[in-house]
Amino acid sequence: MKQPIGTPAGVLWTPEQPIISVVDVRKSFGAFEVLKGVSLDVKKGEAICIIGPSGSGKSTLIRCINALVEIDSGSILVENQEVNDERLDKLKLRRKVGMVFQQYNLFPHKTALQNVMMAPINVLKQDKKEVEERARKLLAKVRLTGKENNYPGELSGGQQQRVAIARSLAMRPDIMLFDEVTAALDPETVKEVLVTIRELAEEGMTCLLVTHEMKFARDVADHIYFTDKGVIVEHAPPAEFFENAKDERTKTFLGQIL
Amino acid sequence: MEALAEWGRALYEATGINLTILYDQFDQSRFISGIWMTIYLSIISLFFSVIIGVVGAWAQGSPIKAVRWAINGFIVLFRNTPPLVQIFFFYFGISNLLPYVEDADGMRAPLFTNIQWAIISLSLFAGAFNIEIFRSGIEAVPKSTLEAAEALGYTRLGAYRHIVLPLAIRVCLPALNNNLVNLLKTTSLAYAIAVPELLYASKQIWTDAQNVPTMMVVLLLTYVALVGVLVWAMNAWERSMAVPGYGQGRGR
Repeated sequence: MKQPIGTPAGVLWTPEQPIISVVDVRKSFGAFEVLKGVSLDVKKGEAICIIGPSGSGKSTLIRCINALVEIDSGSILVENQEVNDERLDKLKLRRKVGMVFQQYNLFPHKTALQNVMMAPINVLKQDKKEVEERARKLLAKVRLTGKENNYPGELSGGQQQRVAIARSLAMRPDIMLFDEVTAALDPETVKEVLVTIRELAEEGMTCLLVTHEMKFARDVADHIYFTDKGVIVEHAPPAEFFENAKDERTKTFLGQIL
Repeated sequence: MEALAEWGRALYEATGINLTILYDQFDQSRFISGIWMTIYLSIISLFFSVIIGVVGAWAQGSPIKAVRWAINGFIVLFRNTPPLVQIFFFYFGISNLLPYVEDADGMRAPLFTNIQWAIISLSLFAGAFNIEIFRSGIEAVPKSTLEAAEALGYTRLGAYRHIVLPLAIRVCLPALNNNLVNLLKTTSLAYAIAVPELLYASKQIWTDAQNVPTMMVVLLLTYVALVGVLVWAMNAWERSMAVPGYGQGRGR
């Protein structure tokens, strides 16, 4: 069942190939090796959940994919573009890969609408009118119509996180990375954010999520990866993963949280 | 105007308080042009010092070591020396090393006038402090906010311009305020190189009219008013930038 991992860099990417291909990635912070040779493939349109205990390297792994963290060795191909390359055009990569953070990280001096509009205008130099129209639609999509002119400080955590999702989508990415996006939210607002992500996944957006929401992972993910101590211990489709985990560490982890 | 002059004369006759600037045309015009010169020096140096602060604070975060060292050297030089010494250094020191030019009458004239030297040294003096002030604001912007900008494709310069600087200014405005007030008052040091600003004009007036204590009070009150206007403008700016849920501004 394991797919061949890795595709040659520079070859024109076609949708049959993995959209993300991570091969034997290693990363250390000082003496601490966070990633000890991690490999995974993601196909276009898949929703992947990465779960595992704190400090197992999940967040670092997805941060490597959009080059927020530089890797020490290995290869990461995004649509056949090598990320681990000094000559990497970061803007080109980040247009393809959107990211949403645990702490939302909205720009506090801009309204919700401006937050969504900023990057397409400043970075992509797109037409302001066209961007505004798109931004309003995106805010409607994340159910924030009427909140366009509110500042982040006036919005709840769940609302801010949905603005952050809209802000990322405004760049029209092919892939979305979600880094524990519900971890800072209270249980009631978690749902509104998860509904938004689920819709995105169902529309065919390629999604990589680091999450602790097991029910969500079971319902939405096409594939689940379990990481521990810098390695991928086990990966499987959700039904198999939750019902029939093979590795002892996975079983212990699931036993603690389910 | 005439009534004011009349009142000035009556005041002098009744009390001995001699406000020549009210009724003496000549004193009045040099006093007013002194005020304008102080305002002119303040606005121009304020403008350049803020530019130096913004650019310097940006360069301080440069990945190139030599750039960071140059900025820090500049700060040390201008923060650790008295502004009067700096003005003398430029006007008497540097000015002599620069080539001379011919003025309109064919006379040998220095490249920069005393007014220009005052602006240059005041801008650099206040600019050195402004760099540190902006740095304090920049460091208050969470790294995660910068990371979000990076993930959206912003370059370091783009993120600085659109996100970091607007947030940093809001944080460091009270400190910036203080430094700009200080700058306005420091313009009085231009007196030492004969720039006809407020202090210089007042000194000429009290020397001629022998009304030293009166002019001293006038001078103090004029500075109080000038700084008052600056502080009012800065507070209005602070209020206009206040954002709900961010910083200590008084809301919209």
